[in-house]
Amino acid sequence: MTAQIAAILAIDGIATGAIYVLMALGFVLIFSVTRIVFVPFGDIAAFVALTLAALEAKQLPGTVGMVAVLAVIATAMELFTIMRAGAYDKVPRAIFYYLLLPLIPAAVAWLTSGTLLPAVPRILLAIALILPVSPLLYRVVFRPIADASVLLLLIVSVALHFALAGLGLLFFGPEGVRTRTLTDFSMMLAGVPISGESILIVAAAAVFCLMLYLFFDFTLYGKALQATAMNRTGARLMGIRPAQAGAVAFLSGSVLAAISGVLIAPVNTIFYDSGFIIGLKAFVGAIIGGLLSFPITAIGSLFVGILESFAAFISSPFKEVMVFSILIPVLLWRSYTLVQAEEDHEE
Amino acid sequence: MSGRTSLIVIAVAVTALATAPLYLAPFTITLMNYIGVYALVALGLVLLTGIGGMVSFGQASFVGIAAYATAWTTALMGYSPWLGLVLALVVTGIVALILGAVTLRLGGHFLSLSTIAWGLAIYFSFGNVEGLGHYNGIASLPPITIGTFALVESDRIYYLIWAVLLLTMLGSYNLLNSRAGRAMRTLRGGNVLVESLGINAFQVRLVTFVIAAMIAAIAGWLYAHMSRFVSPTPFDIDMSIEYLMMALVGGSGYLLGAVVGSALVMLLKDNIQDVLPLIMPSSSGRLEIVVFSILFILFLQRARDGIVPFIAQWLPDTVPPRPTEAEPLGRRKMPAPGQVLLEVEAAERRFGGLIAINNVSFEVRTGEILGLIGPNGAGKTTMFNIMTGTLPASGGRIIFSGKDITRAAQRDIARAGIARTFQHVKLRPKMTLLDNVLLGTYPRTVAGFISGTLRLDRIEETRAQYEAMKQLDRVGLGSRPYELAGNLPLGNQRVLEIARALAADPVLLLIDEPAAGLRKQEKLALADLLRALKAEGLTILLVEHDMEFVMNLVDRIVVMDFGCKISEGGPQTVRNDPRVQEAYLGGVD
Repeated sequence: MTAQIAAILAIDGIATGAIYVLMALGFVLIFSVTRIVFVPFGDIAAFVALTLAALEAKQLPGTVGMVAVLAVIATAMELFTIMRAGAYDKVPRAIFYYLLLPLIPAAVAWLTSGTLLPAVPRILLAIALILPVSPLLYRVVFRPIADASVLLLLIVSVALHFALAGLGLLFFGPEGVRTRTLTDFSMMLAGVPISGESILIVAAAAVFCLMLYLFFDFTLYGKALQATAMNRTGARLMGIRPAQAGAVAFLSGSVLAAISGVLIAPVNTIFYDSGFIIGLKAFVGAIIGGLLSFPITAIGSLFVGILESFAAFISSPFKEVMVFSILIPVLLWRSYTLVQAEEDHEE
Repeated sequence: MSGRTSLIVIAVAVTALATAPLYLAPFTITLMNYIGVYALVALGLVLLTGIGGMVSFGQASFVGIAAYATAWTTALMGYSPWLGLVLALVVTGIVALILGAVTLRLGGHFLSLSTIAWGLAIYFSFGNVEGLGHYNGIASLPPITIGTFALVESDRIYYLIWAVLLLTMLGSYNLLNSRAGRAMRTLRGGNVLVESLGINAFQVRLVTFVIAAMIAAIAGWLYAHMSRFVSPTPFDIDMSIEYLMMALVGGSGYLLGAVVGSALVMLLKDNIQDVLPLIMPSSSGRLEIVVFSILFILFLQRARDGIVPFIAQWLPDTVPPRPTEAEPLGRRKMPAPGQVLLEVEAAERRFGGLIAINNVSFEVRTGEILGLIGPNGAGKTTMFNIMTGTLPASGGRIIFSGKDITRAAQRDIARAGIARTFQHVKLRPKMTLLDNVLLGTYPRTVAGFISGTLRLDRIEETRAQYEAMKQLDRVGLGSRPYELAGNLPLGNQRVLEIARALAADPVLLLIDEPAAGLRKQEKLALADLLRALKAEGLTILLVEHDMEFVMNLVDRIVVMDFGCKISEGGPQTVRNDPRVQEAYLGGVD
């Protein structure tokens, strides 16, 4: 391996790693507020890519149907809860948030289908289409069991991934897609080519890292979200609504998933089930950060990207084996550094 | 349901299974074979997840390792499937041991997430390792032969599969009702109690993990020689989830849950496969997973405990007979009274900037009851925790029977003869009173996993049961030994903890607020019990807020306030100490 190849691999790895950073931050964000390990996160990112591809092909994206179905179920559940409690004054609000709001982007996509939107509105529409999915899933799947153990939430989350992957096939079909490039810019740095896409990915990752850091460490609402994760009852006593905090976490997590989906679609061919493996690799990064620390998560995810890039060069068939095996020494190290509260264990 | 009725039910079930090939269609027998093999894997998961509290998303990869091991041995190397079985068990066992040793220190969801990772790593290895047929797999495995009798047809291997399943269930049943099995059942709910009983929690977790993997390995061996073909697909994470689903749907806390879950999932799958193409012809099998996952999620939202307990609640309870008299377990030699038994020298414990215990020294003499009192937040429970190794001391020394135990592990301190109860009761609410007390006898008994599984431990077990029953009687809870501990009122749960501590035959008993939640008469009975124990030579250190209880019982008192010792002496001396009065009642001007 020459220095130039190493440099190319490293840059490639950093770009891949930056995608993992975005997704891993999403994992940590959602986990630290709701205690849910949101395994379908990768699927959401893949769905954005597929949505964008459908918009480019002037087709109605499958996301429209998915959001519509989820919105109807969520609204029905919400209305049922409201009716049972007899709080009829909350009905309009519930219909607005769970039915109308999620369906606005879907309606836009439906009305504009057949025309090719310019790049920026197209990407924004793709993101807007996918954003309601996670909060709606949170309402339908996780809210009824919000107080369950982390482990049970994890099992549900894994099952949800399989449901989504199957739905992905139904709504998007089996074909792989690659969307149009976002920029044609490229430059040479000391004889090593760097594409504009890579720069964009890394820049996006850096911006979002900074934003999350500022949000959680310097705003009251960020602190409130964290408090919900630590002690739901305590947070509720302080006037924080855990359900709302959860929805916000899922929504902001979705933004990260959507951005990473948009960024990865031009450089990788995405299938309906590509999200899982990408998500799991991001996950390795999140676990390096103990599912808690945003900066260590970012470093860990970059490391995973670089490792993957070099592993692919050394032995392509064993790329995945190497990436997932790295988790084992990481976990060993974590097992000695993470202090787990006795309360984590339940009967 | 009496013991005899259960025997009849089991006999009928076994007969029905044994004659099944006579009245079931060959297709159904094949389905039964799959149910049996999958039930084995699910059974391993019941032990691991339902009993041991470790959720694995990687069980299919153990099945795969075994299947590939036997495929390599038989189809590629040409040896007998029985050698394949040996290799399958050895390789799976070693892999599980290594993975377990590395990951089992992690708790809860981290452990489960790691199983996804190594499950995937192993799955990708199957398709990529040279010489294992890549993604095409290995074909034409020979059938298992017993003597010259080849198990080719599905109604022949059927008997092997179900015999193995039933024997594994029997072994697991025996194990769970033995000393080692009780330790496994204690794993759920935190390490502090487990270690305080002298049990090496990590070791028990590791063995449980390896057992589950070995059961999966047997299933993998059966699977490979049943389908006579192996490829990576049946060992991927989808299948792992399906196994987990079987265990959870059936009832992950129950051995029977594995079979019920496996049967239900397989039958459902069979039906869904028939129906779905009619509804949505183009779905190409993927819709099946969607329907399944959604059913699973609904199930987890609505009925987490599974089917078996749901049905079991309608059945009458079986009440086993009370443990009979047996030769008592050997007892520890009590040290002569009046010596220094435990010495705390300048103990210190900090939590960040907070000093919970600040330079506290005192000693406990054999045969005395020493009271440790002080207002809330004085550091009494923290003192208990550093004396028992539950928390490491930040400074100072603790010497027990002449040995420095300051840095000793909690379980070693327990084994040395210090037994304790907890301020926040730590019991296993879903285990019976008798089982909870039996946990106390763990350091006094030796039977391991193998003797438990093969029921070679019965003599020792009867002795331990007799001992536990004696302690239950002694604390006044002997009337219903098979009641679940969680059904007791809190005060009695504290007393149950004392029985458990006594079952360990301790030299020094540390009891944390035993009288809290007891009524007047119960308190008097408890005081009598503690006096009787003292008369037998037991040394007792007591934390208690009920001053009347303490003053009438103890020989000496140590008073703590804000982490410091403020007074020490006989009840009368302490009562008249102005510093104590100030601590309790505020300053006297």
